[in-house]
Amino acid sequence: MKYACELKQSTYIALWFILLTFPIMVVKVNTIENIIVWRWINIVGVGVGAFVLSFFWQLYLRKKMTSQQTAPEKVSILNRLIENPKIYRPALFIVGIFALIFPAVFSHYQVNVMTTALIYVMLGLGLNIEVGLAGLLDLGYVAFYAVGAYSYALLNYHFGLGFWMLLPVGALLAAFFGILVGFPVLRLRGDYLAIVTLAFAEILRLVLENWNTFSFGPSGISNIPRPGFFGINLTPEQSAIYMYFLLIALCGLTIFVTYRLQHSRIGRAWVALREDELACQATGIDKTKAKLTAFALGAMWAGMAGVLFAAKTTFINPASFTFMESAMILSIVVLGGMGSIPGIILAALAITLLPEYLRVFSDYRMILFGAALIIIMVFRPGGLLADRRKQYKFHQPDAKEKR
Amino acid sequence: MLKLVDVETCYGSIRALKGISLSVAEGEIVALIGANGAGKSTTLMSISGITPTCSGQILFNGKPIEKTDPDKIVAMGISQVPEGRRIFPKLSVLENLEMGAFLRNDHAEIKKDLAYIYNLFPILHKRRHQQGGTLSGGEQQMLAISRALIAKPKLLLLDEPSLGLSPLMTKLIYSILAKINAEHRTTIFLVEQNAFLALKLAHRAYVLENGAITIEGKASDLMHNENVKKAYLGI
Repeated sequence: MKYACELKQSTYIALWFILLTFPIMVVKVNTIENIIVWRWINIVGVGVGAFVLSFFWQLYLRKKMTSQQTAPEKVSILNRLIENPKIYRPALFIVGIFALIFPAVFSHYQVNVMTTALIYVMLGLGLNIEVGLAGLLDLGYVAFYAVGAYSYALLNYHFGLGFWMLLPVGALLAAFFGILVGFPVLRLRGDYLAIVTLAFAEILRLVLENWNTFSFGPSGISNIPRPGFFGINLTPEQSAIYMYFLLIALCGLTIFVTYRLQHSRIGRAWVALREDELACQATGIDKTKAKLTAFALGAMWAGMAGVLFAAKTTFINPASFTFMESAMILSIVVLGGMGSIPGIILAALAITLLPEYLRVFSDYRMILFGAALIIIMVFRPGGLLADRRKQYKFHQPDAKEKR
Repeated sequence: MLKLVDVETCYGSIRALKGISLSVAEGEIVALIGANGAGKSTTLMSISGITPTCSGQILFNGKPIEKTDPDKIVAMGISQVPEGRRIFPKLSVLENLEMGAFLRNDHAEIKKDLAYIYNLFPILHKRRHQQGGTLSGGEQQMLAISRALIAKPKLLLLDEPSLGLSPLMTKLIYSILAKINAEHRTTIFLVEQNAFLALKLAHRAYVLENGAITIEGKASDLMHNENVKKAYLGI
């Protein structure tokens, strides 16, 4: 039979699901009357549901397999859309207009939510330099974010320095910390690197939490001033809108710089480093320099995002810089497609905005989140918008090489 | 041009090279042959600076390079084609070649050299937009050699260029190596398991055994040396 294999597999899966869900779907203990209610009818529901879902799932997978065999390199529709100038130019224009009129159309709350999302766009793009381009798996990216936030808060508290002065200072300090972590881990790759960076972030967080005289411990620092606007006093609403435009501008800068970096000499060196370390040395790339610049330039954006975060919330404490945050930023990069700038922007917006707008389902948020991640990994293993290296087209077969 | 004096290289407590001395003159093709684990690849890695030596001297044009970083050594004019090709699988053929020209800034010259390479290996031109990983083994070897060539090396180090290739492909690669040497006077230092092929191409050769050089001489002499014949040529 044509579907024998699928039917067999689906039957097993259905039985397995029945077994798994038996304790919660069938057995119901009534602790007051001390009786057990056996809801056998639920078994049928679970079994049939699992069977049907699994069957169609397997059919889909089979179809996908056969289609993959015939067309080895298929460019996805989304990728094709964003690479077509006739589509992406007007789309970019519309997005730009939307971004500009956003605060005028939507409420103060929405503007705040969007500002937070834009901070994550910056963080995602920064981490993309480390993970997506240079292939350095960093699980402690939040440490640089914390460095930025605390450098603004502390330097402002002690020396009264302003936001604009401290924005570059925060970025530089974070880059410095990036190099600091980079040095000891130069020889590490993959899992080992991930563990060390994770440890670094935890150490930093614990220091901030416990060194009361320096960082005010878990109670954090409050009354951090919002960024000034030519000395004019702004109401909280105006300030939120100002913050929003500030982030739009800085995100634009981040996108521009990371794009240029990606297609520069150093960007190619990072990609070579990610692909093959030995070959990368054999072509004359300074491995040490390439790794350290990746750490420093990646960390720099986190530092800037940290300063903005501190300025936006006006209060920071170590609880904002836990491992959850690192995991979130990393999932933005993975979900969006490593190395793909539009993908990461999309993923950052999706991951930060969806939970806000899905408050109705807040009880199931983590379930939905996990399901979304799994579904994306199955259907689009390269990320929402997988990175495709720039390709040059030639109009004549033997035209002179570009670049 | 290249001179190794009593070079020792260790992996932890294991001495892989037990004081080897050899020299390569400009314009020469020199082969280093030997069995598995003799230390052939280690010799190349030590010259490239990727595996640091523990004692001895490596001189390139009279300058000691044993303490120099790998990237500086490439900049001095020593390019290696690593064992097992090691191309960048996710980058296109053209991008792989561009990585080879990483240290060069003379764009017009790079274009010329690119044309020269496409002329040497026309298949690379045909495949220039394909991902490196999708090439066949022989094409990958061509790409690896081209990637090293485009850096305009004075000395080309090759680690087993015949590894995993069909006899026909091996022959092609070897004929092109001879051509590069003849046309550009590029000095070639070659490590090879396939002793017969290497001896046919090379001017001079060294035999490496357990980290020490046991026989050296003109390639044509080695071809008729009884010990070499028995151990490596299977005659």
